[in-house]
Amino acid sequence: MGMSGTPRPVIEVSGIRKTYGRTVAVSEVSFEVSEGEIFGLIGPNGAGKTTTMECVEGVRRPDRGRISILGLDPFRDVYRLQNRIGVQLQQAQLQKRIKVWEAVDLWASLYTKTVDAGRLVEQLGLSGKRNAWFMTLSGGQKQRLFIALALINDPEVVFLDELTTGLDPQSRRAIWELVRGIRDRGKTVFMTTHLMEEAERLCDRVAIIEHGKIIEIGTPGDLVRRHCPERTVLLATGDALAEERLRTIPSVESVTRTDSQFTLHGKGEDFVTEVIQCLSENRIRVTDFRTVLPNLEDVFLKLTGRSIRD
Amino acid sequence: MLRGLWKLTWLEIKIFLREPMGAFGSILLPVLVFVLVGRFMGGRLPRSSAPAIGFLRVGLPVFASVMIALSGVLSLVTIISIYREGGILRRLRATPLRPQTILAAHVLVKLALTLATMALMVLAGKRYYPIKMDVPVFGFAMALLISTWSVLSIGFLIASIVPTARFAQPIGGAILYPMVALCGLFVPLESLPPALHAVARVLPLTYAVSLLQGIWMGEAWSAHMGDVLALVLVFAICTALSAKVFRWE
Repeated sequence: MGMSGTPRPVIEVSGIRKTYGRTVAVSEVSFEVSEGEIFGLIGPNGAGKTTTMECVEGVRRPDRGRISILGLDPFRDVYRLQNRIGVQLQQAQLQKRIKVWEAVDLWASLYTKTVDAGRLVEQLGLSGKRNAWFMTLSGGQKQRLFIALALINDPEVVFLDELTTGLDPQSRRAIWELVRGIRDRGKTVFMTTHLMEEAERLCDRVAIIEHGKIIEIGTPGDLVRRHCPERTVLLATGDALAEERLRTIPSVESVTRTDSQFTLHGKGEDFVTEVIQCLSENRIRVTDFRTVLPNLEDVFLKLTGRSIRD
Repeated sequence: MLRGLWKLTWLEIKIFLREPMGAFGSILLPVLVFVLVGRFMGGRLPRSSAPAIGFLRVGLPVFASVMIALSGVLSLVTIISIYREGGILRRLRATPLRPQTILAAHVLVKLALTLATMALMVLAGKRYYPIKMDVPVFGFAMALLISTWSVLSIGFLIASIVPTARFAQPIGGAILYPMVALCGLFVPLESLPPALHAVARVLPLTYAVSLLQGIWMGEAWSAHMGDVLALVLVFAICTALSAKVFRWE
């Protein structure tokens, strides 16, 4: 993963603020992105993800605050920076009748250093579409082309904004695989998403942003442990003594039962292990056993009091 | 600074020709109209009046050229606004491409198409036009390029700020068509009321028409340096302004 020793920060953002008219898009946003990690800015639509990302890319200038990326000031050094970063934008389009190879060829001509365009097109599974017009590509193919364009200059940092929005689950998984591949080649990935599953599967670290403010930063696992220690076990058993035995487990907080179906709530890392130990020590025969673990979606709900899907 | 200019220009020409009606509407149609109107009037030539012959000799060719230039401007305004609305400009912004390069590429595309249309008109004119003329083709092509280039910079300024494609055509038309009416092609400048005459004097198309007519009729370039100067001035002002007000989205 290219993360030997202490990873140095590739992006440093401190206290940026950006307003559009009277609307405050982001305020007091600070975070760091380390070399070789996939860093995700997550939050609902309109939370300030894209604005923050565009400030780091040098496309927008924050009203206040400081940003350093690869040691450069993104706004002042935007043209030098563009040679070293790759960008995929939300809701971008290309000319309807531009061919896939023409787009890649044009992009390749814009940078001083480029990777092999043919290989890149092949790696992204677009070889069969080389001569297809942009307008005839599917959503997934368009996104793969945009990833190819973002990678053409062999960038050190890759920006991916809402990469899989609007894609079907299968294309989404394929794209995730591609993004992991980018990181495994030693590049730093800075992405935004409003899909918590995507963040959880893909990101090494996430920052949760809401109403233009960052409310939490950490690894997905850390955030879940810290904010949602609750665990649930669902099991089914016909054993008459089961309820009594299960109640003796120290980490169990509640046991509810409907016929042979039990729902156990508890907290902490050891909860599931203790339930399994209890079942085995008492030779309780179960016909079903499931765990329900909280995820980033629950963390978001806990922190903001509302669901990210609202 | 102009990295990617030639590639983008060539690409935009190809993309334009792939549009349904792209080649036909912008290159063949003007030539067809020019030839048909010429033949229609030419067929009645023996009974035609002197003004009609004058129109055929100078008015129609110059008018056709001006219309080609204007259709190029309108098409430029439309394309840039479609690119802006569709997020294509947004995507290009995140590359080392500069706005000037994108604009320059589109101007070059329109100039190339104007030149191609012009060449076809000369060929078609030699074969089908009712009046045989001895015209300085090279000089006229130069005059047309300078005029188109200057008028395109107005298009560029409009394209820099027009918010959506839906407004592009009407706004472009509202600015350009009054210029056509006052440019001296239909009504001689001297017979305009003083107020309109003053307006016509500040419209760039007036100078374009004066230059085109003059060169078409075989006058010397030295007699039209004022026109050239005015057109270059218009180009300089519009380019400087559009670089200031250019909107990516």
